[in-house]
Formats: sequence, structure tokens, C-alpha cells
Amino acid sequence: MFFRDQSEMLPPRAAPITEVGLVGWLRINLFSSYANAALTLVSLTLLLLVVPPFIDWVLIKAQFSGDSGEACSGIGACWAWVDQRLGQFFYGFYPAEAHWRVNVTAILLVPAILYVLVDNLPGAKFGRWYSYVYPLLAAYLLVGGFGLEVIQTDKFGGFMLNMVVGLTGIVLSLPIGVLLALGRQSRLPVIRLLCIAFIEAVRGVPLITLLFVAIVLLQLFLPPQVSLDQLLRVIIMVTLFASAYMAEVVRGGLQAIPKGQIEGAQAVGLGYWQTMRLIVLPQALRISIPGIVNTFIGLFKDTTLVIIIGLFDLLGHARLLQTNPDWIGDVDHEAYLFSAAVFFLVCFLMSRYSVSLEKQLSKDRH
Amino acid sequence: MSTATPEAAGASDVPIIEISNLNKWFGAFHVLRDISLSVAAQERVVICGPSGSGKSTLIRCINRLEDHQEGSIVVDGTPLTRNIKNIDLVRRDIGMVFQQFNLFPHLTILQNCTLGPIWVRKMPRQAAEEIALKFLERVQILDQSAKYPGQLSGGQQQRAAIARALCMEPRVMLFDEPTSALDPEMIKEVLDVMTGLAESGMTMLIVSHEMGFAAQVADRMIFMDDGQIVEENTPDAFFNNPQSDRTKLFLSQILRH
Repeated sequence: MFFRDQSEMLPPRAAPITEVGLVGWLRINLFSSYANAALTLVSLTLLLLVVPPFIDWVLIKAQFSGDSGEACSGIGACWAWVDQRLGQFFYGFYPAEAHWRVNVTAILLVPAILYVLVDNLPGAKFGRWYSYVYPLLAAYLLVGGFGLEVIQTDKFGGFMLNMVVGLTGIVLSLPIGVLLALGRQSRLPVIRLLCIAFIEAVRGVPLITLLFVAIVLLQLFLPPQVSLDQLLRVIIMVTLFASAYMAEVVRGGLQAIPKGQIEGAQAVGLGYWQTMRLIVLPQALRISIPGIVNTFIGLFKDTTLVIIIGLFDLLGHARLLQTNPDWIGDVDHEAYLFSAAVFFLVCFLMSRYSVSLEKQLSKDRH
Repeated sequence: MSTATPEAAGASDVPIIEISNLNKWFGAFHVLRDISLSVAAQERVVICGPSGSGKSTLIRCINRLEDHQEGSIVVDGTPLTRNIKNIDLVRRDIGMVFQQFNLFPHLTILQNCTLGPIWVRKMPRQAAEEIALKFLERVQILDQSAKYPGQLSGGQQQRAAIARALCMEPRVMLFDEPTSALDPEMIKEVLDVMTGLAESGMTMLIVSHEMGFAAQVADRMIFMDDGQIVEENTPDAFFNNPQSDRTKLFLSQILRH
């Protein structure tokens, strides 16, 4: 009665279509419950309402040529300004005959960034040094001197200005932030108090206030014959501002490192700086990557505040264009949309890099 | 069982660690009370006692992971003071093994071992790696050298930590409850390595509750309670004929099960 003899083994069958393939994917991701199905339908409706008209406006009905706003119909987007003004959006008022200097600087930037971000590139040892030297090279190319015509920093503008302020701030704010974070945990009361005072003072004030201080007040404290370059002041303030935030992000990482790690390093005989550089910071910074990149992104967007010292960055040129008599009233959305797209692209790349770095690092360890 | 092992006979009378009238407070709490202890080169001392008795704090003072307020500690002729140079000198001579291993998780086992020789002893990488591989072989995890600590079992991690300490070629090894964080089946492999180390003539201070191991390798047993050294004796006398009531109570509690 309980005897059973299955003479043929069952072969595996294909999974039901509700589990695999397109149908399976839709079921699992979009229609897994009634509530999710409802949300999916609402989202789809919204997308249908928004996306086709947007594409219609931005591309299909758009006007791409013409000398002024009159060329544009008003039904679609007006991109006619692009070929006249794109140069200004990227170079600002940097002299046209010297645009090549900006271009060369930008091209040289690519390997400098790659050697920092990507491991195991060919010639990595030389590449690291190149990355260290690059800022000097860039400063020389952009400002001039030693045979190159000097171009005052008040000629800097457009997206190039955002990049100069943003990259300098990014490169400097991380090491300064790390030092502030270490100082805040120092056993020496003077150092600890100074670091806490700096961090809290800078974090407690809006960046725009710091920039006004840099422009208006700083000169009062400096001897009259000393005149710090305006752009330099902005870079210093943006860097210090980001450093204070960076210090707190890094401090969070430092606090996550067990005390035993420091004791292990001490027991091996490592000194304070060796312990920090070889043991604590590699682990603390790894944990802090999302916060660090978040600060970088914030800093990069804050570079638009250079407008308050009368420099015109990408956003500044977008606004200039809107007030130009030839284009007034016709390009408001387009100019902002263009600036937003450029900023988004850069920030999104930073964000993606941080995600891939986190993945790579967590793979290394386990 | 007792001091009659050949290595113990070779132990010299020159003290390598000389602690006198050591007092330490954690805030208002008097954690070490008037401790005097002298350890000869090649001697093996096992310290036991209830938790909170100050035994870990005592050995952590010896390589200055904790500082003390009164008394003196002299290691191999170097007095431990606030002078950072002296602290560095002492730490080079002392290897330490922790309860929680304290391996560096972002470095491979080999890198964990070569870090000290390269950065503290300023040894060329190749020479440091040779030494590291030698000691990794000795603790029998040579095949794990390219892995990260997180990929090893607890017993393997603790043996790696022992190898890391040995790579600095220390004159003294401190063990702070080296098997307390291990699963039972891994305790033996770590104790075996430590026994081998004892047989090679290393000076060792061991905080441990492994009484069988202590009876086997110790030249001297120390029992601490309330921040004081309550009893100090040969293992034979300590286990078979303890003098103080506290020692008797402690041994009865720890040996009963």
C-alpha cells in the first residue's frame, strides 16, 4: 500500500512565466501587491503626462538657429543662443585667443584625475606624481606668467570658474578636514579647543556670510599694501567651509574604529602619525566615503556663490543671457535647464564613482 | 609541572621587567595597588584572578597602553616615563597579543605581519616578508598569508596575531586573555603555539584562565584580586597547596567545572 516505484526521474521543468523573464520581472518589481500595482499605474500616468510634452518642447518643436530671441517661435525651446554663447558659458570672459590654455588644462586634468581614482593604471608611480604636480601646472596655464601672458582672475568665468573653485576646494578640503578631525580628538587641550572652535564657528555661519567677510571685512585686517586676489579669497573660504563639514564626516568614521586597532598598532611600535596614516585613516575614510562625496557635491554646487563677488560662473552667464536685450524673455527656462544639466552631470558622476568605490572596497575585504 | 623544565633552568636571574610600588587609578578607582613584580629573562609568568582584579591593566601598563600614576616600571633597563622615546624603545622590545586579536582588517595577514618590521624597524620589504613568512609557518598559517583577517577563523586570527607580534622579534611577549574570545575547539591550536613559544625560551607574561596550560608552562603563578598581588608561587604549590583564602575560593570556582 505504501510501496512506490518511480521508474523515471523527473527532468527539471521551465519556471512558470510569473517567475522569470519579462512577465516575472514585471510581477516582482512593479505589481507585487495591489498597492504597488496602483502606484505603478499612477507613476506611469504621470510619466506619460510629463515626458512626451517635455521631449516635444526640448527637442522636437525647439528652435536651434537664429541671431536673437525673435527667431524663436515660443512653442518649443529656444536653443538658438547656444552657438553664440556656449563659449561664454564655459570660458566666461577669458580672452578668446587664450581659450586654448583652458582646453589644455582640461585635457591634462583627465589623466590627473584618473591616476587618483583608478588603481593599477600603467605607469601608476609616475602618474601619482603627475597628479600632485597638476594643480601647479593648471595654475600656471590659467593665470600665466613665466612667458605666458598673465590673465587676471577676474577674467575667469563660466563653467571653468566652477571647476577651478570646485576642484581646488575638493582637493584641499579633504586633507584639512582630516587634520581638523584628528585635532578635535587630540589629547592636547589647546589643539582640541582650536579645532572645535574653528569647526563650530565655520559650520554655524552661512557660506555666503563667510564670502562677504572674505571680500569686505578681510581687507580691514590686512595691511593696506597687501591685496589678496578676490578669487583666491573665495577659494579659501569655500575650502574652509567644506573642511569644517569634512571634519565632522571624518570624525564619524574615526569614532567607528575600535580602540583595539590603535592599541594593536601601538603594541607593534607604530607612532601616532604612522598609526593614523596606516591603520586608522584607511579604515575611517572607507566608512566615510558616502559622507565625503556628499560634502564634495555640496561644495561643487556652492561654487555658484562666486556671483556675489561679481564673478560670472556658469549660472551667472545663464542669468546674463536672460537679461541680454536680444534674448530677454525667450530663454529663461532654457538657460537654467542647460546649467542644471551640466551641474547634474558632474555631481552624478561623483555619486556613481563613490558607489563603485564602496562596492570595490567591500569586495576586497571579504 | 614545576620549574624543573630545562628552559626554566636556563632562565637567568637578570630581571627584564622590574615593577616596583606601582599604583594606578582610573579616575577615583584605585585599580592597581602597590604592585611590585620582577620578571627574569626567559621566565614564564601566568597571572590569574577574577575579572576586574587589574590583571589586564597590569600587563597593559608594561607596554604603556595604560599609564600609571605612581611607582616605576623598567623594561630591559629603560624606565617607562612620559618620554615618548622610551615608550617607543620599550614597545619595540615587547610583543602583545590581545583577547580580540586586534588584527588590521584592511591588510592581508602578510601585510599585518610586515607592518612593524617595515615602518618601525625600517627593514626592506623583502627582508620583512621573509621574517613574516617564517613566523607564519611557525604558527602554521603560512597558507593563509594572502587572505584578510575577516576570512580566517578565530583560532587562525589569534595565531596570526601571535606571528605579527613575533615579527618584531621582541624580548618579551604579553598575552592578555588570548583564548577568552575563542570557540572551545580553537583554544587548543592557540595554546599549542604558545607552548611551543615557551619551549623556545621566550619571556612570557600571560593573563589566562587556562589552568591546565598554566600548570604546564608557567614558572610562576600570580593570583591577583582587588588590584593587588594576593599570592605568588610555583605552579605546583599554587595549585596543590594555595595559601590565601581568596586563591582557594578562586581555584575552587574555576576548577570545579
